[in-house]
Amino acid sequence: MIKKTNLAVLLALLFAASILISGCASGQDAAGKDTPGEEPYKIGAVLDISGKASSLGMPERDTLLMLADQLNASGGINGHPVDLIILDNKSDETEAVLAVKTLIEKDVLAVLGCSSSGPSMAMIDTVQKEKVPMISLAAASSIVEPVKDRQWVFKTAQSDIVTVNKIIGYLKEQGITKVAFLYMNNAYGDGGKKAFAAAARENGIEVVAEEKFDASDKDMTPQLTRVKASPAQAAVVWAIPPSASILTRNFRDIGLSIPLIHSHGVGNQKFIDLAQDAADGVILPIGKLTVADQIPDSDPQKKVLEGYINDYSKKYNAPPNSFGGYAWDAFNLLVSAIEKAGPDRAAIRDQLEKTRGFIGVSGVFNMSPQDHNGLDEDSMVLVQIQDGKWKLLE
Amino acid sequence: MWKKAILRPAAVLLLFAVPLLIKSNYLLSILIVIGLYTIIVQGLGILMGYAGQVSFGHAAFFGLGGYTVAILTTRFHWPTVLALPAAALLPGVIAAIIGRPTLKLRELYLALATLGFGILVHIAFTEGKELTGGPSGITGIPYLSIGGLTFDSDIKFFYLVWITLFLILAGINNLVRSRVGRALRAISESEHAAENAGIDTAKLKLQAFIFSALLAGLAGGLYAFYVTFISPSPFGFHASVQFVLMAVIGGLGTFWGPLLGAAVVVTLGEFLRWAVPLVIPGAGGEYQIIFFGLILVLLMIFRPEGLGALGKCLKLSPEKMPGTGIPSKDI
Repeated sequence: MIKKTNLAVLLALLFAASILISGCASGQDAAGKDTPGEEPYKIGAVLDISGKASSLGMPERDTLLMLADQLNASGGINGHPVDLIILDNKSDETEAVLAVKTLIEKDVLAVLGCSSSGPSMAMIDTVQKEKVPMISLAAASSIVEPVKDRQWVFKTAQSDIVTVNKIIGYLKEQGITKVAFLYMNNAYGDGGKKAFAAAARENGIEVVAEEKFDASDKDMTPQLTRVKASPAQAAVVWAIPPSASILTRNFRDIGLSIPLIHSHGVGNQKFIDLAQDAADGVILPIGKLTVADQIPDSDPQKKVLEGYINDYSKKYNAPPNSFGGYAWDAFNLLVSAIEKAGPDRAAIRDQLEKTRGFIGVSGVFNMSPQDHNGLDEDSMVLVQIQDGKWKLLE
Repeated sequence: MWKKAILRPAAVLLLFAVPLLIKSNYLLSILIVIGLYTIIVQGLGILMGYAGQVSFGHAAFFGLGGYTVAILTTRFHWPTVLALPAAALLPGVIAAIIGRPTLKLRELYLALATLGFGILVHIAFTEGKELTGGPSGITGIPYLSIGGLTFDSDIKFFYLVWITLFLILAGINNLVRSRVGRALRAISESEHAAENAGIDTAKLKLQAFIFSALLAGLAGGLYAFYVTFISPSPFGFHASVQFVLMAVIGGLGTFWGPLLGAAVVVTLGEFLRWAVPLVIPGAGGEYQIIFFGLILVLLMIFRPEGLGALGKCLKLSPEKMPGTGIPSKDI
């Protein structure tokens, strides 16, 4: 019994210590690496490294670490080394709020992240209030709109509307006026549905069937049967694997022969691996990173893409994906803004807003006071899957 | 007794001096989150520790409170000061409706029923289309303002949450010492015995359930005003389990248990966020979860009655240590 009491005291002390240390940690600096000379510039990042969005957050973290090392090796920003502090929000909104507050207390110049839309949205109120520039890596357009309430927020992933416009452009080119729209019932599918419905209406395209399914569904035959009975000339799907792959297999199984168009959500090898032969013929808009080798040399992004692919593959022995690309863009946008503006949050924000013709991995960024994403349809290309490979259309 | 009379107000005063001592919004926001969770766990503690009923659905009441505030203020433009009581009331009413049939169930069956309820509500948030904003949630929730005072900073919110919490604590302190409190404790010991002693167990259990839902809803309303954005994801099954965890770690049926439990779970999470990367460079949250689990298992092995019982062990000689889960009269 006495032993137990001692243990209890020990535990209590441990917790007291933990509170103290976590308290002190926020007051302390992670101390600028032993680089002599100028004082380091602090940049914070809040990423979904664990939890349900970890597949997004991990390549982003790897990319940021690589870029910070490269930058510091080549002399940093105007001679100042960069001190990059990355925190994990565990894909949780409350944790994201706590994480961004600790970064702001550490006097970071700007915050990168989060990886997914929910946690990014949760951080907005804090960065707006504290006047800290934030560059999100997530897709939802509501992260940067309305701009008047999002003065300090930017993002590098293409908004849904960019992808939607690419698809609408293709539909018009093919003379298709009646489509079926199928989407996954989560924030991603929901965002796609809203953007597509609005754009279709404007462009005289009629959505004749609208079906949804759950991310965990194992069979979409009922939804597809209703699509088959409709006069749709093409099917547009907003989903990510594995449900996107299952849908594609069901689509071939019930003998639908209309064109199948997916969103950029299936732009990874996992989709093809799971859908196998059924994936052949699928058309989708995608960032240029995936088809960098097929892009003509005249494309302004070609050099940036090849550079990123080389660096990343050399360091991590795996090809990079578009999520890492969002991090590449966010980091380099910020670095070039700090280069011009110096270590001042408001000046950095103004400089980010003035970004013009910045050639990144996700596209060529042209920010403006009305557009804090700065990407247009040219940032994406249409590809078709042939024999399990991405083939550039056009 | 005189010691207590001085110690408690002193502790309260110290706490209210905290924002003046630490000028850190990060630490304040941790304290705010701890305060919000404590409000929920207080109610859950009454339900679990005193009435002896387990609920795996309290994240749903938490979420209902949050969504009530979000919907009333953004869709119907209610004054924020009216939306907050509504956030507590609605979950209370819903608890009254579902409590009647479900509380007839005992032990595991009740846990399962509340679990099902939690999942149902979560689906309703996701499927609520225009009303709940679906999976994307609701943005642009205004700050709470009461009679010209707008709670738009961490310091103001800290006071709001902790004053609310202390009022609740004072209320609960009286409640557990009253006839109702003793009757509730009798139920947790043996429902049959309590019935034989003339206690209307069904009614009391229902009241405890409604009370805990009210508190969870209130915390949810405050959460919505604090973060000003709401989506279904913080109100899933995982959150319900976390609340039960806090209640158990803190110690069921103890006065300070809920506060301790919430404080330990939140600070441990924050601490591991810093400490784990020091030990294992580049480690993400998945390692933190392992450490977290390990600490919890150790705690449950060596101190199954929770941390709230620690104080008693320090005061009493080991021989007089109270057994598992028996609430002490002396708080």
